[in-house]
Amino acid sequence: MMKFIKRFYLSLILFFLYVPIVVLIVQSFNAGKSRAKWEGFSFRWYQELFNDAAIMQALYVTVSIAVLAAIFATILGTLAAIGIHSMQKRPQSLMMTLTNIPMTMPDIVTGISLMLLFIFTKVERGYVTMLLAHITFDTPYVILSVLPKLKQMNKHSYEAALDLGATPMYALFHVILPEIMPGVITGAMLAFTLSLDDFTISYFTTSPLVQNLSTLIYSQARKGIKPTMNALSALMFVSLLALLLVVNKRSSSEGVKN
Amino acid sequence: MNNLQIPAWGVWAMLGGLGVFIGLLILYFKQNHGLKRPIFASPYTLWMIAFTVLPCILIGYYAFTDANGKFTLDNFKNFWDSNYDMNKELIAMGFNPEDMGFSRGTVNVDTLVYSLWMAFLCTVICLLLGYPTAHIMADREFKLGATLVILFVIPMWMNFLLRTIAWMSLLEDNGLINNLLEWLGIGRRQLMYNTEAVLLGMVYNYLPFMVFPIYNVLNKMDYKLSEAAMDLGCNKWKTFYKVTLPLSLPGVVSGITMVFMPAVTTFFIPRMLGGGNTEMFGDLIERTFLTANNWNVGSALSMIMMVLILLSLGLLRKVDPEGEGGGMV
Amino acid sequence: MEEQRLINLEHISKAYDGVTVLSDINLYIRKKEFVTLLGPSGCGKTTTLRIIGGFERADSGRVMFDGKDISNLPPYKRKVNTVFQKYALFPHLNVQDNIAFGLKLKKAPKDEIAKKVDRMLDLVNLSGYGKRSVDSLSGGQQQRIAIARALVNEPEVLLLDEPLGALDLKLRKEMQLEIKSMQQRLGITFLYVTHDQEEALTMSDTIVVMRGGHILQIGTPKSIYDEPKNAFVANFIGESNIFPGTMVRDELVHFCGTDFPCVDAGFGEDKPVDVVIRPEDILLVGEDVGQVTGVVKSVLFKGVHYEMMIDAGHSTWKVHSTTMQPEGSRVGISVVPFNIHIMHPMQEEKGNE
Repeated sequence: MMKFIKRFYLSLILFFLYVPIVVLIVQSFNAGKSRAKWEGFSFRWYQELFNDAAIMQALYVTVSIAVLAAIFATILGTLAAIGIHSMQKRPQSLMMTLTNIPMTMPDIVTGISLMLLFIFTKVERGYVTMLLAHITFDTPYVILSVLPKLKQMNKHSYEAALDLGATPMYALFHVILPEIMPGVITGAMLAFTLSLDDFTISYFTTSPLVQNLSTLIYSQARKGIKPTMNALSALMFVSLLALLLVVNKRSSSEGVKN
Repeated sequence: MNNLQIPAWGVWAMLGGLGVFIGLLILYFKQNHGLKRPIFASPYTLWMIAFTVLPCILIGYYAFTDANGKFTLDNFKNFWDSNYDMNKELIAMGFNPEDMGFSRGTVNVDTLVYSLWMAFLCTVICLLLGYPTAHIMADREFKLGATLVILFVIPMWMNFLLRTIAWMSLLEDNGLINNLLEWLGIGRRQLMYNTEAVLLGMVYNYLPFMVFPIYNVLNKMDYKLSEAAMDLGCNKWKTFYKVTLPLSLPGVVSGITMVFMPAVTTFFIPRMLGGGNTEMFGDLIERTFLTANNWNVGSALSMIMMVLILLSLGLLRKVDPEGEGGGMV
Repeated sequence: MEEQRLINLEHISKAYDGVTVLSDINLYIRKKEFVTLLGPSGCGKTTTLRIIGGFERADSGRVMFDGKDISNLPPYKRKVNTVFQKYALFPHLNVQDNIAFGLKLKKAPKDEIAKKVDRMLDLVNLSGYGKRSVDSLSGGQQQRIAIARALVNEPEVLLLDEPLGALDLKLRKEMQLEIKSMQQRLGITFLYVTHDQEEALTMSDTIVVMRGGHILQIGTPKSIYDEPKNAFVANFIGESNIFPGTMVRDELVHFCGTDFPCVDAGFGEDKPVDVVIRPEDILLVGEDVGQVTGVVKSVLFKGVHYEMMIDAGHSTWKVHSTTMQPEGSRVGISVVPFNIHIMHPMQEEKGNE
């Protein structure tokens, strides 16, 4: 009985989480423009999607910024994590506080403070400023994903490599990096998805000329979202899902091999 | 406002400079036989100083200065009394604002209190819904923990604005839920543009942030502890509130912070689902900056927000010094 | 003497955050010697090893290797290799690649690497394990691989940092013998760090007893066991009875209410001393023929011998004997002069190094 209640409760919560997503996907196949009325199944919006210059441009901005920010944040964050990990106690806790600030600061304050910075330094807001902002809020997440892996690592592994004749660089790339790789990958994925989904910080750090999907949706929200946007997000959602399944299948089949 | 003084290539040059800097670090690292690894954190440190510390200082600077850059506390007085500037002008013109019936404008404080109240409600609901969820997910009987975590993450891949807008099409006057209600014979209701709708949107958005930290702590917890408690004579409920609950507190605190802080400043959800009838502190900040174009007051408002957050951060550090509950992964 | 010294530590001092870990350590290690640094945790033994390995730099002093100053040489340029605590095997490499790690860095030819790895696996009795993943091995096997990984580089000195700490007692004893015989066969200098006195006594040619960043005593296992320099060493190496006493004159010491003849001299007259007697050196005799008489308070069977606690002369004596005296019985205690060890009291001994 208890088990049934638990299952029922979980299903209810999951239902709550998935309802809007199902609605979105269904809407993307609606032949009509209305949000509420079903006017028949069609691929119309998927076809129109590729002719919608604004959406395609926003898609390009979103994805390219997410990729670039994830790459930069991963390099910066992994290096930082290695550095922080080998620090003495006091500077270490200082660095952790510094890392925690942007994570706990509300997005709106982060966004506004960066906007002030760009205005103050007279840097025109646009693609590059948005990228800088994304790197800034991504990096702490990379650090927090990599640090636990460093803690798990045998603290003598690095020294063992030096002892066997490896230079520090060789040890870094051939011993430390392979061992913390899962954390680095998690951090990169996290950075990518956070960046992909960000609205608030992007909103304050870009100009109306350079829109990512979120700011584009925001600017359209009042007039009503075009179903093409639904079609695009349904496509992105499904491709991410497929990616997840592929990764999962690969890792589980590797598990069988071992 | 957008003076193009540093062209885009200048920023790219800055990034290139960072690359050169990292190169120099590596050289230094080589020279020191790899014994000084802390140096690796220096690009990040510089980055954070430029893009986190400096912007925070800027907010402080604007908050304590007027439009001419002179020190003033007027911005905070404006927060306390939204009529402050107007009354000041009236006084300067020789009137007594109180005689004219202009008293303190409480809009800003009211908005903050309302935001705190909404965020509080949202946090309580998320906790009430999320704790049992996390507890069930960490249940050893199900052995589904990892899969369930993924199931909770997947919805977050859908753009959050779109998800919120999807709720609009569910709650609309001729939306799905109302259609369903009519079909059931209950009749149509006004579901949108009220406090409840905003709360629903907030809970929907922030629930996962409550579930993950609690799940993380519960999942890491040694199940032998609860076995030990039962061995020592606790029944199921006693075991829960004497062992499981206290040990999961770091996760709860972390979850509360992760929900409460963004909830106070949320500004898209109330604008959409509240239809602009209810303004929250995030909207106020955004409006003050971008619509009223008053950076000084806006900075003061942001600073008040930051102080609130830092206070909570201190609280979090006290209860969960290791940051065990932190992180969503 | 001088040309035999392979490693020479000269006035090494080291502090962390203002806390002194090593103060003015002087130590030399001869070729083909098995030297053990022995001491309680925090005595500085591991730091000494790490300074020789190149993972730490001394605040002052020099590390000489074969007559050359290597104080500023990075670990990867030193002709020493280390077996780390908990092994530090690379989890992303298999057994074979772990062992070959150092050789590959030296760009040795492939067939030579393969040959050497096989020979090493043979040496540590793990032939055929080359393709296994490190995680699939037991603690003892990982230990052997860690040794093989270090030895394959043919170091002149092998540093071992509590290598057997994580193993259970039986395996530890086996490994002790194996490591010792490996050292004798290969003729390599071993510098071994442990807090286990038994391990040190079994394996070493020379034991260096350390405490609080100082060297207390250097000597062969036998000389350290038989002639501990002070009460701390006596107590740390094996079990001991330590009594406060007074030197009456040369070759006569007073403790536990009686004068005992001994063989030590040169302490002066009526000077306070510590008297150390090993439990197995105490003879239980008839009540009337002992130097002191006492009552047996407790008896424990320890396998090889009985351990009895005996109250005599207002002190408790720990006695090991193969014959048991029942609890409550009165016995005589006798110690031959040769087995009574006289030492300066600890306070005076400090700083004498």
